[in-house]
Amino acid sequence: MRRALGAVVVLAVLAFPLVFVRPFPRHVMIMIFLYGALATAWNVLAGYCGQISLGHAVYFGIGAYTSTLLAREAALTPWVGMVAGAGLAVLVSQAIAYPVFRLRGHYFAIATIGVGEIVQTVVINWDWIGGARGLFVPIKRPDSLVNFQFHESKAVYYYIALGLLALALAATRRLERSRRGYLFRAIREDQEAAASLGVHVAREKHVAMAVSAALTALGGTFWAQYVLFIDPESVFPLSLSILICLVAVLGGVGSLWGPVLGAAVLVPLSEGTRVLLGGTGKALDLVIYGALIMLIAVFQPAGIVGLARRFGRDRRQGAGSATRQESAA
Amino acid sequence: MGCVYALVAAGLSLIFGLMEIVNFAHGEFLMIAMYVAFFAWAVGGLDPVVGAPLAAVALAGLGWVTYHGVIRRVLAGPMLTQIFATFGLGVFLRSAAQFVWGVDFRVVQDPWLAGRVSLGGIFVGLPQVGASAAALGAFLALYLFLSRTQTGLALTATAQDRQAASLMGIDTERMFALGWAIGGACVGIAGALVAMFFYIYPEVGGTFALLAYVTVALGGFGNVPGTLAAGVVVGLVEALAGLLIPPAFKYSVVFALYLAVVLWRPQGLFGRF
Repeated sequence: MRRALGAVVVLAVLAFPLVFVRPFPRHVMIMIFLYGALATAWNVLAGYCGQISLGHAVYFGIGAYTSTLLAREAALTPWVGMVAGAGLAVLVSQAIAYPVFRLRGHYFAIATIGVGEIVQTVVINWDWIGGARGLFVPIKRPDSLVNFQFHESKAVYYYIALGLLALALAATRRLERSRRGYLFRAIREDQEAAASLGVHVAREKHVAMAVSAALTALGGTFWAQYVLFIDPESVFPLSLSILICLVAVLGGVGSLWGPVLGAAVLVPLSEGTRVLLGGTGKALDLVIYGALIMLIAVFQPAGIVGLARRFGRDRRQGAGSATRQESAA
Repeated sequence: MGCVYALVAAGLSLIFGLMEIVNFAHGEFLMIAMYVAFFAWAVGGLDPVVGAPLAAVALAGLGWVTYHGVIRRVLAGPMLTQIFATFGLGVFLRSAAQFVWGVDFRVVQDPWLAGRVSLGGIFVGLPQVGASAAALGAFLALYLFLSRTQTGLALTATAQDRQAASLMGIDTERMFALGWAIGGACVGIAGALVAMFFYIYPEVGGTFALLAYVTVALGGFGNVPGTLAAGVVVGLVEALAGLLIPPAFKYSVVFALYLAVVLWRPQGLFGRF
């Protein structure tokens, strides 16, 4: 039953661009995949390892800038840039991780915000990489997979974004079932207890950060090739860092499918309100968006996955009395 | 500026100490306070100095409503939920301000305090001096309230141990609401003071809020006197950094300072774990 349902969903997702040929539905799906992948990457560090980072835009921006700069200065294909960006993100993440992992809870979250702000300020003021003006990705014609640019149709972007999401999910799934996945969750639940049982806490956290950063950077490169223009305000902002974890939290932290579900709900919502109500300069779309976030936090703290689980359990147990809080904190 | 940062941060610190929640809508509270001060001036002809108590009352009300409407419901939830409840509130308030008042920059013209004074050869804007003095005054009042009055002591007790306090007959529920109201009042006064010399627009809270988080974390979460000291440190570092290196980097220096301090003392300068 589950298997059949899964197969139907996969087929529907694969066939989607064949049915919907207009750009907007495809754009919404691409954004769902992208944010789903970013939230999944964040989930590796926050959901499984319990380290709530509010500075993941740093790795996203590194991915976007590395591939774009390599394409401009060395005429390298963005695919090479993507790998290089992920590598650089891993290096930077380890340098960041060293100080911030000494902190816990709110102190850790605020330190990651601080690092994010420092990086954004540096990029804004660094003229060689475009400064506050940003960078255009060199336009290449005709469309080709090597150039990672498709001006005629969004269909290829669609499948690349889908691949990105599949990669992030596969990595998470593998991690979830590995010994390391258990170590991560042990650290999340109780760091001291894990350490006393011989878990190398610092090393495991660094690994979680590296995996998370690399996956996030891949998303950054994709974004640069999709929009073809990047600037510090669009790829390094605090609001992006927060949006990434918002997607994960909405769906359900510390679960494989939670971040994807979150993206599937939040992205159409924000794109929809943007198209319907945005553009008036009145920010009505953001009013609704903010109110919704609040309502979700108040009424469904465990996210959509929590809701689904509770529903399933209620059905099995008859009347529902169990309201176990799923939490990463 | 440091004293004003400290006052903005004081409300945040108080709320955190009380119930371990970081209010991510704090910058928006400040923004609303600035608008209150602005409209008190534009409509009622009241100078921000007079408008400050008005803003304090308005923001205390907002804090109280926030507690009862949102925070009370997520108190038992995980930290992430609390972050997002307040973050959502922030987005809501900011965009609602843009919806109602538009994105125009507004200024209070000809405030009572204008011009410059010379303090030992250093020229300082009079509004800034006035704001610092008023912020210090408000801080002193807050400190005396917390340490001298019955209610203030009950608040402190609740912050130290929720259960023990409720066993002693303190209505912790009321204390939490009171904490939010006082936190709101602090940021209300700070907002009115800042409105004297700063542009007023929906996004204005951002920078102040970031600095407030750093200030609170630097001083140690929940430690009100520590917050004052950290606020002064942040203000001084910002001013000196603006003088010595390109001003664009001055906030980077503040954040770097925070990182350096927590490397050495993870709980902040005066914090306890």
